[in-house]
Amino acid sequence: MSGARHSLWLGSALLIAAAAVLLLGAGVGSTGFDSVLHARHDPVAWQILWDIRLPRTLGAWVAGGLLGLAGAVAQGLFRNPLADPYLLGSASGAALGVALALALFGTTPFATQWAVRLGLTGAAFTGAVVGVVLTLALAKGVQHTLRLLLAGVIVGVVLGAARDLVTIASPDTLQAMQGFMLGSTGFVGWAACGVMAAMGLAALLVAASLGRVLDGLALGEATAISLGLPLVAVRAVLVAVLALATGAAVAQTGLIAFVGLASPHLVRSILKTTHSRLIVLSALMGGLLLMAADVLARWVIAPQELPVGVLTAVLGGSYLLWLMHRRRRPGGGL
Amino acid sequence: MTRFCSFLALCLLIGGAAHAAGVEVTDDRGVTVTLAQTPQRIVSLLPSLTETVCELGQCERLVGVDRYSNYPAFVRTLPQTGGGIDPNIEAIVALKPDVVLMATSSRGVQRLESLGVKVLAMEPKSSADAQRVMGKLGQLLEVPDAQRIWRAIDASVSAVAQALPPGARKLRVYYEVSAGGYAAGTGSFIGEMMARLGVQNIVAPSLGPFPRVNPEYVVRANPDLIMIGSRNVQGLETRPGWRGIRALRERRLCVFTADESDVLVRPGPRMAEAARLMARCITEKGLK
Repeated sequence: MSGARHSLWLGSALLIAAAAVLLLGAGVGSTGFDSVLHARHDPVAWQILWDIRLPRTLGAWVAGGLLGLAGAVAQGLFRNPLADPYLLGSASGAALGVALALALFGTTPFATQWAVRLGLTGAAFTGAVVGVVLTLALAKGVQHTLRLLLAGVIVGVVLGAARDLVTIASPDTLQAMQGFMLGSTGFVGWAACGVMAAMGLAALLVAASLGRVLDGLALGEATAISLGLPLVAVRAVLVAVLALATGAAVAQTGLIAFVGLASPHLVRSILKTTHSRLIVLSALMGGLLLMAADVLARWVIAPQELPVGVLTAVLGGSYLLWLMHRRRRPGGGL
Repeated sequence: MTRFCSFLALCLLIGGAAHAAGVEVTDDRGVTVTLAQTPQRIVSLLPSLTETVCELGQCERLVGVDRYSNYPAFVRTLPQTGGGIDPNIEAIVALKPDVVLMATSSRGVQRLESLGVKVLAMEPKSSADAQRVMGKLGQLLEVPDAQRIWRAIDASVSAVAQALPPGARKLRVYYEVSAGGYAAGTGSFIGEMMARLGVQNIVAPSLGPFPRVNPEYVVRANPDLIMIGSRNVQGLETRPGWRGIRALRERRLCVFTADESDVLVRPGPRMAEAARLMARCITEKGLK
């Protein structure tokens, strides 16, 4: 079976590339390779290497993986190549959560205490989950794809407007908000890495095992039902996977554009395969994309950093455009 | 003799214990930061905190600052470690700071603390905040006359206010903080300064510290004097209906340079200078 072999090849290539970028990532930062050379006998260089560069590079890989996986699930679930992980209101929910936490901070001692305990990460994750729950409530469940999509868009717009209201009411949080919207992998430590990895592994197992249903769904809802696939239950599980994977990534890194949308397309441009394999490969692709962007973000204007979200859009976007141009012929396209 | 020796030993013990207790400061989050001794290597990620450290005469203890800290000139020679919102974590750790001073709203606080770096999070927004921050930093840096330094600054502000002619009391002023119509309300640091100098702010106190006011509101309030930064002054007179505003009709407009705006908007120890800048604007433009 050559499809399986191709997938295996691509998967291994993506993993090897990721390992290479990880090694590169250990050497790139404010002090460059010095830290690697001196890591043996300088405790600060060791801390920079082991506690900062490695977790943030690995964290970028895992977060990108979560977004790539969520993107593949979203595109399969909605049978729409424009679907991305932020579709169900998780991004706007997370942004609203962060805006509220920032605005509440310092208003009253009680609110401050609460905001400190929850932290911006907790606020973002809570917001993301609330956003998706709101979408589900508005769509009255997961039965109708179109209603779900529409509800997601509406929740996105409304929560986005609410976020703007909150920020305008306390404009001194504007800058902090912008930092979150641009996304950054600079604050990821081992703990965050662990949380995301656990979430990613679980999401990957569940999503990949349900890939068969997405294959059936690709033929149309009626066909999928007539094939006897448990559509409603599977959809509910996949929406949960989508929400949790996106929420986990967004909470730790902020809003990172394009990885979730581009990764499945990039995989599909290389090979056609089943949804189970697409989900795994898309996760690997997303991880590689974000990790490469993270290393570049540190390197381009070192010792300063670029916002990583800007780079993912530039990198992924230009590659995707190039692919579209190259493949513009009858029956081609993405 | 033995009694004297034991007394000496006791003194040493107490002294030692007091020394071991080190410095203890509670920051704006309510977190108490304990240091074995007063910090010698400091990274500051907020311009007003940087300025306060230097005002306390401890500028040489700074080893790194954020990219917006630009005063006094000495801090421009220091390594920059990103902005307050997007601090470069590894650059900060590489500087081996004893303590990092940063804004409470920065995402980097938790990350730095998890790496074992001591963080004092403070975000002054009003002159009372600035005074409190100076007290806390004085405590942290073991500068005993922090309160005296503050009183001197405060006295200069009062002197500037008293030197203003009585006509200033009638002036109605609009201060635009950033383009898009964000005004300095009475609750903001700038608004407080306007109140100290005795001029009237056209923005009602109920609107909060930095309200985004409707352009119509400004036209109706018809201010006698407008203060604005050079970055935002573009197109001010072409805003619909604004040509009729008294301040623009009579060219009573103060445009502050970027450096002057820094002095005016930062709630820190350059408050006296801010008062002088604003007073100069009032006498030269407002009362002409």
